[in-house]
Amino acid sequence: MIVELTVNGEPRVATVPGSVSLLTVLRDELALPGSKNACEQGECGSCSVLFDGELVCACLVMAADCDGSDVVTVEGIGTDEHLHPVQQAMLDAGAVQCGFCTPGFVVAAARLIETNPTPDAGDIREALAGNVCRCTGYGAILRALESLAKGAS
Amino acid sequence: MTGTTVKVPVRGGVGESTMRPDGIPKVTGNFAFASDLYADGMLWGATRRSPVAHGRIRRVDIGAALAMPGVVAVLTQADTAGRRTFGLEEADQPVLAAGAVRFWGEPIAVVAAHDPDTARRAAAAIGVDIEELPPLSDPEVAVEQGSVVRHIRIRRGEPDASGAVVVEGYYEVGQQDQAPLGTEAGLAIPDGEGGVDLWAVSQWLHADHEQIHLSLGVAPDQVRCHPVGVGGAFGSREDMSMHIHLCMLALRTGRPVKMVYDRAESFTGHVHRHPARMWYRHEANEDGALVKVEAKIILDGGAYASTTSAVIANAAYFAVGPYRVDNVSVDGYGARTNNPPAGAMRGFGAVQACFGHESQMDRLAARLEMDPLELRRRNALGSGDPNATTGQIIEGSLPTVRVIDELAAIPVPDPADPADVRNRPGGTGLTTDPGDIRRGIGYALSIKNLAFSEAFDDSCEASVILTPMGAEVRTAACEVGQGLAMVCQQIARTALGLNHVAVVFTDTSEIGSAGSTSASRQTQMTGGAVLKACEELRDRILTEHGGDDLTDDGVVRGGEVVATLAELCASGPIEHRVVFRHPETFSTDENGQGAPHADFAVAAHRAVVDVDPELGLVRVVRVDTAQDVGTALNPMSIRGQIEGGIMQGLGLAVMEELVLDEGRMLNANFTDYLLPTFADAPDVECRLVEEPGLWGPFGAKGVGEPPTISSTPAVVAAIRDATGLELIRAPVRPEHIVLP
Repeated sequence: MIVELTVNGEPRVATVPGSVSLLTVLRDELALPGSKNACEQGECGSCSVLFDGELVCACLVMAADCDGSDVVTVEGIGTDEHLHPVQQAMLDAGAVQCGFCTPGFVVAAARLIETNPTPDAGDIREALAGNVCRCTGYGAILRALESLAKGAS
Repeated sequence: MTGTTVKVPVRGGVGESTMRPDGIPKVTGNFAFASDLYADGMLWGATRRSPVAHGRIRRVDIGAALAMPGVVAVLTQADTAGRRTFGLEEADQPVLAAGAVRFWGEPIAVVAAHDPDTARRAAAAIGVDIEELPPLSDPEVAVEQGSVVRHIRIRRGEPDASGAVVVEGYYEVGQQDQAPLGTEAGLAIPDGEGGVDLWAVSQWLHADHEQIHLSLGVAPDQVRCHPVGVGGAFGSREDMSMHIHLCMLALRTGRPVKMVYDRAESFTGHVHRHPARMWYRHEANEDGALVKVEAKIILDGGAYASTTSAVIANAAYFAVGPYRVDNVSVDGYGARTNNPPAGAMRGFGAVQACFGHESQMDRLAARLEMDPLELRRRNALGSGDPNATTGQIIEGSLPTVRVIDELAAIPVPDPADPADVRNRPGGTGLTTDPGDIRRGIGYALSIKNLAFSEAFDDSCEASVILTPMGAEVRTAACEVGQGLAMVCQQIARTALGLNHVAVVFTDTSEIGSAGSTSASRQTQMTGGAVLKACEELRDRILTEHGGDDLTDDGVVRGGEVVATLAELCASGPIEHRVVFRHPETFSTDENGQGAPHADFAVAAHRAVVDVDPELGLVRVVRVDTAQDVGTALNPMSIRGQIEGGIMQGLGLAVMEELVLDEGRMLNANFTDYLLPTFADAPDVECRLVEEPGLWGPFGAKGVGEPPTISSTPAVVAAIRDATGLELIRAPVRPEHIVLP
């Protein structure tokens, strides 16, 4: 099937079997490997993207449901030259170790900050509870976003 | 050229919390993990695995798979040109099983096809006819039958010594999975001359390299193992997974072949932490002084040896913990069963033993009606003492008393406001009545060896190259996410006196082994090699040019630049390559006595939990720690290791366990194998106790494993404190609290 969608502001077309997920479309068809595949069942958030503005796990969205949709991936959040404040805050706080969960956290945290620029610790924990990190123990991610919230308030 | 210069200290040297050089590509999604690799014309690999835990293979029929459109190759053991087995310490594991299968999920055949779906379907289409045999799934039965990879016997002091107070206990630790977020992945590219280049997740490129070329039956220089983005390891990448399979497929097809395990296959495709059964007997005087410790420890090593012989050694050598005792008897058995193979995981044997010895210390403290920290302080092992098991004199720093005192000095907070449901054990499930919440506090201490032990030639090569731009450090060590690139950069900056340092991870053909990224060893070992290379290069340059300092401006003599970096490198970059070794270690004798270890670190943890005893729910409120780090080279990075390690220890304490039924894994996915999330994350305060070690760079000690070791027993001790239950098993499940 042919899927036409907007990814990071650009119109894209992918020809894929109907059975694949949005994550497969992004990684294997559109050469956007920033979204990671770690569990294939929506438990870990490594493939978090914005789908028509909503935070979703791309592994749980069928390609067939993407036609006409607007998708933002980690590649659309910031670039090496122009980091999103969430990306900078995570670097500054030491919130990156192996980095496999990081793109998902960046997308989810950017969405949190957009909807609530001054989250408290409880808000941050709750908003990011769908993203699993195996390296950091979450402490540095919490400090990164708390510092961002402090700067915004 | 000459000119005056003012000495400016380097920025980003040791002691600072510097930025990771790989940080920016990781936050933007541009960092290339093995699963992100792509090559023109590449094929996709898939693996056919055993559907039973034990059986005799009658027939493997590849005909139907080979006939499928899009399938390029199907390989079985008959296609292994060289050694048909592999293994880190004992090459006992078939590259592809033939004749027999010994664990559920054991690879039998591999496929290469044009796309991943076809490869998966072809693997499923391989006909496997197996006569199922009863699996040996009970490690105690295995030990009784003599199915043992290694038995460690330790006898020290007087067997008849006795104390006034005796406590005995039986303890179990379930099987934990490393569950790195990145699954196993790799890409092999044939070089067209009979050799192959491999980019696959690893903790030790040179160990992979040796095993691969032996099994391929090609010369060592025909295989090159390259560094690649790993996505976490925690021990799971020390053994190979798909590595030989990929190289076989690439050589057979003449095309690049990529393979990525999905999460379920990752669970079966790598080794796990050894589950443990432990029997302990402690005898002490009325004042709490330990008189005798006896232990029997059985670790289930599963079907193949992997690193079981070293893991059971660690469990036995650290069976007592960081305490002084003169009379010790330990028998440790690494059992061989038909369960999935167990091998390296963060803490490596010390984790299991720690749950046993710390549970015992709490029992003893309760019997003596003594504060649990005071009992530990009275028995604390220190520098100059003999390790209770081996008798090895601790020559370096060992601030056991200090970690206890620093931990005790961290204030315990008031209970969180139960009006916010997120602070209750049942969370937003709204299941916990605030009036039912019981708070508990628990403590635990641990000791762990650092770097390789038992006479292993633990060598580590590194190179530093001076260029007109600054310096480049080259190593084949594996950066798995822990921050090795950063710490090498810091060490080189400080040692050379130069600001511009790049760290390049290189392949096995360019440089010698750096050893494994395990055993908390790379900061000490690769860091040690980098320090030695940089110091020697600096001395060499200063001697040659009669300088008294090296700076970004060049060689300085009497405040004047006498040669710029460009002038120094006029005839090309200057390379200096070294091999670093830690102090020699030795095998132990027939009584387990000797000096098997190169260095030690201790840590102390205190856990605070809230328990809903009616529903068996636990919320770990906080875990505080004081840890012996030698010298803190990068405090922020150490904190990251500590917090992350504590979360894995918490996971083992209350939720993480692979559930087996006669060797079959029942929960090989992230829905049923529970990992701690943000909602489970306790607050952590950590105190870094700095007493420089013997031989690590600038006195540094490895910091990766201790946080995982004593956090588990501390959390379980806190649940015991809250509930009054014995809780002899980790992880503690709700039914252990509700229906003890």
